[in-house]
Amino acid sequence: MSGGDERIRGSAHELRDRIAAGEVSCEQAATAYLAAIERHEPTVAAYNEVLADDALRQARALDARRAAGEDLGPLGGVPIAVKDNLCTTVGHTTCSSKMLQSFRSPYTATAVAKLQQAGAVVLGKTNLDEFAMGSSTENSGFAPTHNPWDPTRVPGGSSGGSAAAVAGRLCAAAVGSDTGGSIRQPAAFCGVVGLKPTYGRVSRYGLVAYGSSLDQVGPITVDVADAALLTGVLAGHDARDSTSVPRDVPDYLATVETPIEGLRVGLVEEFFSDALDAEIAAVLHGAAETYRDAGATVVDVSLPHSRIDIDEGGALSSYAVACYYILAMAEASSNLARYDSVHYGHRTAEKLDDIVALYSRSRAEALGQEVKRRIMLGTYTLSAGYYDAYYNKASKVRRLIKNDFDRAFEACDVLLCPTSPTPAFQLGEKTDDPLTMYLADIYTISVNLAGLPGISIPAGLSAAGLPIGMQLIGPVFAEETVLRAGRMYEQASGISRLVPPLARA
Amino acid sequence: MPQTIDETLVRHIGRLSRIELTDEEVRTLRRQLADILEYFDKLQQLDTDRVEPMAHAAELRNVLANDTPVEGLTPEQALANAPARDGDFFQVPKVIGESS
Repeated sequence: MSGGDERIRGSAHELRDRIAAGEVSCEQAATAYLAAIERHEPTVAAYNEVLADDALRQARALDARRAAGEDLGPLGGVPIAVKDNLCTTVGHTTCSSKMLQSFRSPYTATAVAKLQQAGAVVLGKTNLDEFAMGSSTENSGFAPTHNPWDPTRVPGGSSGGSAAAVAGRLCAAAVGSDTGGSIRQPAAFCGVVGLKPTYGRVSRYGLVAYGSSLDQVGPITVDVADAALLTGVLAGHDARDSTSVPRDVPDYLATVETPIEGLRVGLVEEFFSDALDAEIAAVLHGAAETYRDAGATVVDVSLPHSRIDIDEGGALSSYAVACYYILAMAEASSNLARYDSVHYGHRTAEKLDDIVALYSRSRAEALGQEVKRRIMLGTYTLSAGYYDAYYNKASKVRRLIKNDFDRAFEACDVLLCPTSPTPAFQLGEKTDDPLTMYLADIYTISVNLAGLPGISIPAGLSAAGLPIGMQLIGPVFAEETVLRAGRMYEQASGISRLVPPLARA
Repeated sequence: MPQTIDETLVRHIGRLSRIELTDEEVRTLRRQLADILEYFDKLQQLDTDRVEPMAHAAELRNVLANDTPVEGLTPEQALANAPARDGDFFQVPKVIGESS
């Protein structure tokens, strides 16, 4: 590989090992990534804010600790990027919203604190769809991020900045959040690995809330071993998040290289309909072959309530998508009521003497169209007379979707399915029609509704040279199974650590 | 089952949501909200009479914290992001007294 800095090529765990062995200093690692950011950020626009001075200060402090003989921890000196909806006391926490453009958090999210305690260096805050509402990062209140594989295309979303930063080698690893696919779908679009943990596995404290019953924090990395490493660091009970589950965290990295004897892979019948891009379907069937060759059994399973229907006009629909958006929008309307222009956030410059007018004008000025749409739909579905028809109905369908998964996992250990119905689409292609954009999540949202762990890993490139991702889904708290099954695929297929041309130059 | 989404209803939802809307936004949102709500009606095809609603996936019950005082934010920290303040108070337009 020509160009770039050879010392920071490869994975986060390799970089950590080289730093621990004294081959590279933390400062050199941070400097190298900051140089890569300087070079490619004008094209990719992955970051809302690069915290260069603070990153170098953190790196030098780590180097001093290492010189004093200290063990820096499992991520010692590894430069990471943090999605800008996770609170950090350094820099801003904007959620890519004009509402929070100048917001500085008085506290640090537990996920970020854990990464820092493990020795990671925070390089900066990455772009997202405003308040994590979107599937392309085009809903950012600032500017869209571009896919490092083809800058005319979207990186996916909402964690598009984090995925693009990892793919473009503008950080060694990143964290994102996933409410309906926001880690896995951009990971697929950018040719990297993204894991959404089981609901309750990682603390949501300091993750700016969107859909509280669905949100989870998770890693975006260049390979499955790094996903294992970061998941281990992020996971664990936190008294400050009452939905975080008190349960021991296995050493995911220690087991990730061990193949699963007698692995049973379930292919979800309903997901191989005409809604799926033909190239992606071929890659998925090839992946099933790869698992068979590696000694796994492949069985057909059914998730009837996650099925995708196509009407005569070719329009797609799914119970799971309807269920998800009803619940997510209802939760969003409640969560985003906090942006009142009083405690923090944007306040209109206009002098208004009525408090409701002040709220309404300030929110109108600072919130983007998609956020307004979701708040309003959520407000409507929760309003008197409609609660049963929408929210309560969706909560019941959610149970049916979860029951489907429980039944499927009686016959298999992991489900193998697409991450996204197509590879990365063009910027502007879907921005006019919110419903079409919602269908980008068609294969990922059921996993959030059921609270399961899911990982997207690269499974090949399309004829046009765009990454294709595949998704592995496990039962609750089966992160270890999902990671080991993912690593088995990497080993058997030889597909791992895809590097876009931009980062090779 | 759903009521017709007309511009009056969109303005009403805007008021409930505390979001001021321009006439153009009302027109666009009327169409978009109607399309999305129609899409949501797909769920009415399913019989859920005997299904227990599911609130979230962790299924934890009655999580209690230890009754131990911990440090909170200082007034300075809490007010640091306030758009307008008066001493240790958040400042808002007058909300009680002689109202219009």
